[in-house]
Amino acid sequence: MRKCYLGVDIGSVSTNIIVMDADEQILDTLYIRTQGKPIETIKKGLSQIKNRLDKDIEIYGVGTTGSGRQLGGIMIGADVIKNEITAHGIAALNFVPDVKTIIEIGGQDSKIILLRDGVLYDFAMNTVCAAGTGSFIDRQAERLDIPIEEFGKWALKSKSTVRIAGRCAVFAESDMIHKQQLGHNQEDIINGLCEALVRNYLNNLGKGKEIKSPVIFQGGVAANIGIKRAFEKILGYEVMVPPHANVMGAIGAALLAKEETAKAGESKFKGFEVADSNYTVKSFECEYCPNMCEVVEFRRDEKMVARWGDKCGRWSHDKTAKDEKLA
Amino acid sequence: MKITFPHMGKTYLPVKAMFDDLGVEFVVPPKNSKKTLEIGTKYSPELICLPMKINLGNYIESIEKGADTIIVTGSCGPCRYGYFVEVEKEILKDLGYDAEFVVLEAPNGNKKEFFNRVSKVANTKNMMKIANALKNGIKVLRKLDRVEESILKLRPYEKNKGEMDQLYNALIKSLEKSTGTYQMAKVIDQTQENIESVKLDKNREILKVGIIGEIYTIIEDFANIDIGKKLNELGVAVHKSHTASGWIFEHLFYNNIGSTREKKVYKAANPYMKTMVGGHGRETIGNAILYAEEGYDGVIQVMPFTCMPEIVAMSLLPQIQNDKNIPILTLIIDEMTGEAGYVTRLEAYIDLLRNRRGKHKNEKMLSWR
Repeated sequence: MRKCYLGVDIGSVSTNIIVMDADEQILDTLYIRTQGKPIETIKKGLSQIKNRLDKDIEIYGVGTTGSGRQLGGIMIGADVIKNEITAHGIAALNFVPDVKTIIEIGGQDSKIILLRDGVLYDFAMNTVCAAGTGSFIDRQAERLDIPIEEFGKWALKSKSTVRIAGRCAVFAESDMIHKQQLGHNQEDIINGLCEALVRNYLNNLGKGKEIKSPVIFQGGVAANIGIKRAFEKILGYEVMVPPHANVMGAIGAALLAKEETAKAGESKFKGFEVADSNYTVKSFECEYCPNMCEVVEFRRDEKMVARWGDKCGRWSHDKTAKDEKLA
Repeated sequence: MKITFPHMGKTYLPVKAMFDDLGVEFVVPPKNSKKTLEIGTKYSPELICLPMKINLGNYIESIEKGADTIIVTGSCGPCRYGYFVEVEKEILKDLGYDAEFVVLEAPNGNKKEFFNRVSKVANTKNMMKIANALKNGIKVLRKLDRVEESILKLRPYEKNKGEMDQLYNALIKSLEKSTGTYQMAKVIDQTQENIESVKLDKNREILKVGIIGEIYTIIEDFANIDIGKKLNELGVAVHKSHTASGWIFEHLFYNNIGSTREKKVYKAANPYMKTMVGGHGRETIGNAILYAEEGYDGVIQVMPFTCMPEIVAMSLLPQIQNDKNIPILTLIIDEMTGEAGYVTRLEAYIDLLRNRRGKHKNEKMLSWR
C-alpha cells in the first residue's frame, strides 16, 4: 500500500489534479479544461486519475485550491482548502528552495509573489484587467489559427521587433490587427504580443516591487516559450520554468494536505466514489431582504451537503436543513 | 417636509434619534442592498465612484417612500464628493423627482446661511434645542462607534463564536425601534458592557491589521464586503482609521477643532506628503505610518475604483512598505458583488502576515508551511 496525496486546483480555465507520494514525488498529473462546468470537470478528472493509478495506492489527504476551491473542497472532502497564492508559493519553494520571485500567469489572473529567505514576503494579483492572461493569448491564437501549443515557438522565429500596445487587451488586439494589415510577419507580431504582455505584467503587477533572481515562471502560460523569452529579455535574468509548471497550484495543495493530515491524523477524503455520485446545484434568490443574495444549494445524490452565497448566514448556517432527507 | 439622508455605516441610527428629539418627520432610506446599488449605478455617470452610486440609490429609494427633502453634509475637500450634490440634483430633476437638497455647510464661510439651513431642517429657530439634539446625536454616534471598534478588536478572541454578533444584531434591532437619543444611549451603554464581558480566549495567536483608505468604503460595510468581519473570521483584530463620528466632527465643524490624533497623522505623513491631496489621501499615508509604528502586523487600503486622492496615496505605499517594513495590501472596490476575488487576496495576505510574524518569533525560521 502506498501512501499518496491528492492536489486539486480548480481554476477558471483549467482543472488540474496531481498525485504525490509520501516522498513528495509527483506520480501523475492531469490538466483538463474547466469549460465553465467545475463539478462535471472534477468528476471527470477524478475518474480519469483513478483509472490511471496503480491499484495499491491509497489517498491519505486531499487539498484543493483555485477559484473553485470551496466547491471542490466540499465535493471531494478536502483536508485543506487554500487560496492559490499561498499554494503556488509553497509549490515553488519545494522545487527551488531559494526562489525569490514567482511569476504566475493563469487563465484569468496573473500574480507576482515575492519570497525572501523562504518566506512569503509580498504579492500582487491583477485586479480589473485581463490583458496578459492565458485567456487573451488563447483568443489571439485562435484568431490567427495557430494551435496554442505552437504559439510560443512562432515568437522564437521572429527576427525583427514589432511593437504592440500592451496596456489593455482591446488596444493590443486592435494594434495587432493594424500591424498585420500593414504586412508585418506573423511571427514578428506574435513576438511583439509576447513582449507587450510581459511589459504589461511588469508595469501592473511588478510596479514598485523588487524582482530578484532566482525567478520562477509557472502557471498555464509558462508553457509558452515566447513569453518566457520575453521575460528573460526584459528582466535580464534567467527565468526558470519548473517541471509541472502548469499544475503548481495543485502540487502546493497536495503538500499542504500532507502536512495537515499529519497533524489531524486522518483524512476527510470521501473516496474516488464521489466521481460516481450525482451532484446537483440549485441556486435561488433569497427573498428575505432587498440584498437578494444568490444562494447556492449543493446536493449529492439528492442529499443536501452545503449552502453558500448568503450574507447574513440564514442559509449557510442552517444546519437542520442539511439532513432534511434523513428527518 | 419629509427629510431623508444618505446611508453611511450605522449613522442612520443617531440621525434618527436626533430627528426624533426635534420632532421632525423623516424617512430612513431602506438598507443598502443590491437594489440600491442597481438603481444608483443605472442613473450615475459611469466612472463616478461607488459612494455616489450608493448615495443616489438611497435618495431614490427614500423618495419613493415619500421623502421630499434630502440633507447632506457639505465638503470642502477637493475630491468629487464636493460636487455630488450638484450632479445628483440634475439627475433627480431629469428623472422627474421633485426633491429639495439642503447642504449642511457654510457657503464661503457664511455662518448665518449655515444656521438658516440648520433651522430649516430642524423645524425650529430655537438654537439651544438644535444644539442639544446635535450634541446628543453625536454622543450616540460616538458610543455606537465605540461598540463597533470593540467588536472589531475583540471578536477574533471570543470563546463562543457568534456571541458578539448576536449582541450587536440585537442592539441594532432595538435601536431601530427606540426613539430619541436618551433611550438609544442607554441601550448602547448596556451593549458595550455586555460586549466587554464576553468570554475571551486570550491565548490565541491573533494578528493586528489597520484599515486605511477612503472613508466611505471603510465605514460602509455594504461597500467594503464587510472586510472587518471577514478579517475577524481569519483570526485578525481590526482597527479602522476612520469613524463616522470623526467624520461628522470634521465636516460639520470645518476641521477647526483639529483633534490631537489628526495632528499626529499629519506629522507622520509629513516626510512623504506635505500637503493635502484631496479627500483623505494625507490621512491614508499618515495612518499607514502610525499603524506600522504602533506594531500592527499589516495595513489594508480600501478605496473605490477611480478615487483620485487614494490613487495618489497608493503610489506612495510601496515606499512606506519598504521603509517601515510592513506589508500593505490595496483593495479597489467597485460594483462587483462577487466576493471570491477579494477573499482570495485577503486569505493570501493573512497567510503572508502569519508567516512574517512566525519568522520574527523564532529567528531560526523553519519551513513556512
